[in-house]
Order: sequence, then structure tokens, then C-alpha cells
Amino acid sequence: MKIKGRVWKFGENINTDVIIPARYLNTSEPAELARHCMEDADPEFSQRVEPGDIIVAGRNFGCGSSREHAPIALKAAGIGCIIAPSFARIFYRNAFNMGLPIFECKDAASGIREGDIIEIDADSGKIFDLTTGDTFEAQPIPPFMQELISDGGLIPHVLKRLDLRA
Amino acid sequence: MTIAEKILAAHSGLDSVEPGQLLEVDVDFAFGNDITAPIAIKVLREAGVSAVFDRERIGLVADHFVPNKDILSAEQARMLRDFATEYGIVHHYDGGESGVEHVLLPEKGLVLPGDVVIGADSHTCTHGALGAFATGVGSSDLAATMMSGKTWFKVPESIKFVYNGRLRPWVTGKDLILYTIGDIGVDGALYMAMEFTGPVIDSLSMAERFTMSNMAIEAGGKVGIIDPDNTTMEYITGRASRDFTPYHSDRDAHYARVIEYDCSQIEPQVAFPHLPENTRPISEVGNVPLEQVVIGSCTNGRVEDLALAAEVISGRHVARGLRLIVLPATPSVYRHAMEEGYLLTLLDAGAVIGPPTCGPCLGGHMGVLAAGERALSTTNRNFVGRMGHPESEVYLANPAIAAASAVLGRIGSPDEL
Repeated sequence: MKIKGRVWKFGENINTDVIIPARYLNTSEPAELARHCMEDADPEFSQRVEPGDIIVAGRNFGCGSSREHAPIALKAAGIGCIIAPSFARIFYRNAFNMGLPIFECKDAASGIREGDIIEIDADSGKIFDLTTGDTFEAQPIPPFMQELISDGGLIPHVLKRLDLRA
Repeated sequence: MTIAEKILAAHSGLDSVEPGQLLEVDVDFAFGNDITAPIAIKVLREAGVSAVFDRERIGLVADHFVPNKDILSAEQARMLRDFATEYGIVHHYDGGESGVEHVLLPEKGLVLPGDVVIGADSHTCTHGALGAFATGVGSSDLAATMMSGKTWFKVPESIKFVYNGRLRPWVTGKDLILYTIGDIGVDGALYMAMEFTGPVIDSLSMAERFTMSNMAIEAGGKVGIIDPDNTTMEYITGRASRDFTPYHSDRDAHYARVIEYDCSQIEPQVAFPHLPENTRPISEVGNVPLEQVVIGSCTNGRVEDLALAAEVISGRHVARGLRLIVLPATPSVYRHAMEEGYLLTLLDAGAVIGPPTCGPCLGGHMGVLAAGERALSTTNRNFVGRMGHPESEVYLANPAIAAASAVLGRIGSPDEL
């Protein structure tokens, strides 16, 4: 799978209260959450983001709460994937469970600039900055997570194993 | 093995496990709240699942936006109620039976030493204070466990924190954990188990241990775990709703790091905006005027916290123009604080006494900040916009500092009163 898009850059420790402020958690409707995505970091983000755009951020992306509303909001806003040197563990887990691809790569996080067009080969973890010609290599996605993705996310994966579906 | 490794091994049918190993584990208790459970419920309903793995091992706690703050949150609380009725969920808490989940569930004896616990709330690590492997997950993970009784974990590496020396006046478990986060940073324990040990931990009350484990997530930790001892067993006695097996770290257990602190050197701590790692000792805070002080939450909303605040504020009054908001974390905390006179002391001092709810901690309701306002809070996060307007500020501290600051109208210590 290849993911291509325009880059939005954010700093370190982007927390879930910034990704989707708690004042909007009285709903879990993806479109409504997307309207307020990243609002406290960049009030114009939700108006200007385009489907397929990619977030490149600093370390510890997604720290804070366990709210699945965070990856839901990012995905519904059109974000194609996220690249950061590291992710908070609950966000990491939620992103895979939601089918939002994320890649750990320190060099890409510092080397890629706002507005660059980049392409990621999800299978190999190779990241190509088409604007500058630079290439980077992300941590490959662990086999267990690949299994989750190929089953279509956590819930289809569990249903398949439990054979609960009528 | 460490206590975390032993619990995971026991719940996956293995004799031993190693950091990095992926496991499928049996879950003893799984829960969600009025923000996170609705997504799990939707997932279960859409998947056509007609029964949960065990009606007695699931908790549904309406605590974040209750009493319902608006129509949408009322709908979310109703989703929990309807689901609990339809699926026969035994431990559904709502109305006058409900409280902040991480205070309520241990109080009810639903989380026990040696358990594997998952909660769709990041502060599920609180329960590690009982010697449980307890960690926060998302709503889909909660749904998967509600179906199967299982979840998957990567065995985390452990960091051992050893707290030596003697606590100085007004220093509490809150200050130890803030100091620790200030030392290692908000991702200092990313993906790792934090194990709190040493003579100071041995002497801490359960309330202060819960406070420490609660904030493990603010250092990125997967769990914040404490070996169960006599204090733990005293707390459990009369509460435990089922059998349990406590585990203890081996003397020769392997740790990725061992970090020792001399607590005699640690002052009360204040975390400045906008990260819990921005800590300063109280003596270096300077002049920070406040519009609001909040005492409550899963971090510091227990009866011991209200007792400490009442002790400091007794016979005094909050500063003119400052709002002191006190939220006992559960009905039981409320009752004890009432019986012991703490609430009357706080009320006489000018506090607003609210119902058990997460309320302002996450900017939900009952104390949301306007642009430019500053609050000192006994809660756990001070991110941008956490308690309201993105241009407001939150400072984190213990209940004694909170009470003193409410009187002073600026951040300060009880010693200044």
C-alpha cells in the first residue's frame, strides 16, 4: 500500500486534548469530531486540511487520554497517516485499531518540511519526500499489527477468531 | 520476574514472560465511562454481539459529564443505561451511586491485587496501586474484551523507582509523582511499567499510592504498579468481591532502569502550564495569581485529600475573587467528608461543593475557565485548553497547596498562612 499526501507539521507532545478537545466529546460522530480536529493547536486546520494530507510531528504524539475520538477525528478529517519519532502507547494502539496508519521515524520527523509532498510505502516503511528528493526509513510495522490491518482492524480480527458473527 | 511480568504470565497460562513478548491475556475486569463506552457499545451492537463474556466483570461508570451537562451527554449516559439493562451488566453506576471511576471501582472491591484490568480511560493505571496490572485502552479494545474476556499486550520493560528518606512537611504522594515526571519527562516511561518502591512508598496510605499510580500515564507509562503489602490488604479487607492472588517482584527481577530519589530533598511540587513535566518546587514558584482552585478528581478526590484541604483552610476564607471548587470523587467520599465535618469547613471557607464528577478536570463542566484565567488544580493534566479556553492556564499541585493557594489568591504553601 502506498500513501501520498501534503505534509502538516506539528511539534512534540501533541496531546489528545489538542487533537480533539474534551469539550467536544459529548458526541462520537466522526464528521462532528473532524470539525474540531487540532483546533487548539491550529484553529484553521479543519477548514484547510484536505483528504490524504499527512501529519509529521515531534516525539510522543498522542499523549494524554485514551479517547479513541482522537484517531477517529484525524481519520475523519482526511489524514492519511502520521509520522513521528514516537507515539504515546494508547494512541498507537487506537490508531491501528481504527485503521489509521502511523510510522515511527525520527529522521523523517525532522527532515520533512511543512507543505512537502511525501509518499510512504507502507509495506517496506520507506518514506520518499517528493519535494526535496530525500528518502527515509521508518520502523517496519510489527507482524501482529500487520495481521490486525489485514483483518480490517481489531474488531473484525476478534470476530474472526471468536467466530461470533451469526 | 517483576510483579508486572508475573501477573501477565499468570494470565496467559505461561510460567514466565520477557519484555517485548506479545501475549493474549485473560482480563479480570474491564470498564468504560460515559465518553468512551458509547463507542464500544456501538461497536458491539454493530457487530451483532448479543452477550458479553461475563456480566459481573464489566463496569460502566457515568462520571465524566454527569450530572448530564447537555443534551448530547445525556444521550451518551442513556446509552450506558440501556446497554446495561439489555445485556445484564451488573456493575453499572449512574446517578447517586456513581462517582469517578478510578476511585469508585477500588472502593467497591471490583479491582484486586494480581488482577489484569483494562479501562477505556487513560487513568486506569490508578488501579496499579493495588498491585494490579491495570492500563488504559481505547473503546475498540474495550469492546473486544467485552466480547472475548481477553486482550493482547506486549510485555513492557519495567523501571524501578526507589523512594528513600523522609517526607518533608506538606509533601504527599502527589509531589513524589510530579517530581518523578519532572525528572524523567512526559515520555520518560513510554511503553514501560513504572514500579514504585522503597521505604517512603511502604509508609504511604492507599490514597497517596492511588495518586502516584494515577499519574504514571503522564510519564507515558503503561502501568504504575506497587507491590501489595499490609496497607493494601487492609484496604481490600471487607471490599473484595471475589478471590484473588497477589504477586510480588522477585529480589533479582530485571529492570531496564533503577532510579532512586532522596525524598528528604523534595519540596511540594507545582507543574506549570502546559505539561505535567514542567515542575517547580513551591519555593521557586514566584507570584502566580489565581482565579480558580479545584480539589477533586481521580488523582486527589479521596477523603484523605479533602481532610488535608480542610485542615489547611480551617478558620480561613478563600481570597476575594477566587473560586474554590471541591468535588468529592464518590458518594462514599462525600458521606465521609460530610460526617467528619470537612465539607462544612470547606463550605465555611467559601468553597463550592459539587457532586462526584470528573467535571472541570477535562474542561467538561462545573468550573470551566475563561480566556486568560489561571487555575491551580489537584488533577492530573495541564495541557492547552484542558480546563476550558485554549488561552487559560492550569497548574497542578497537592490538596494542601491547593487549599493554601485558595486562601492566598496566588500559588503558595500552607507555611505562608
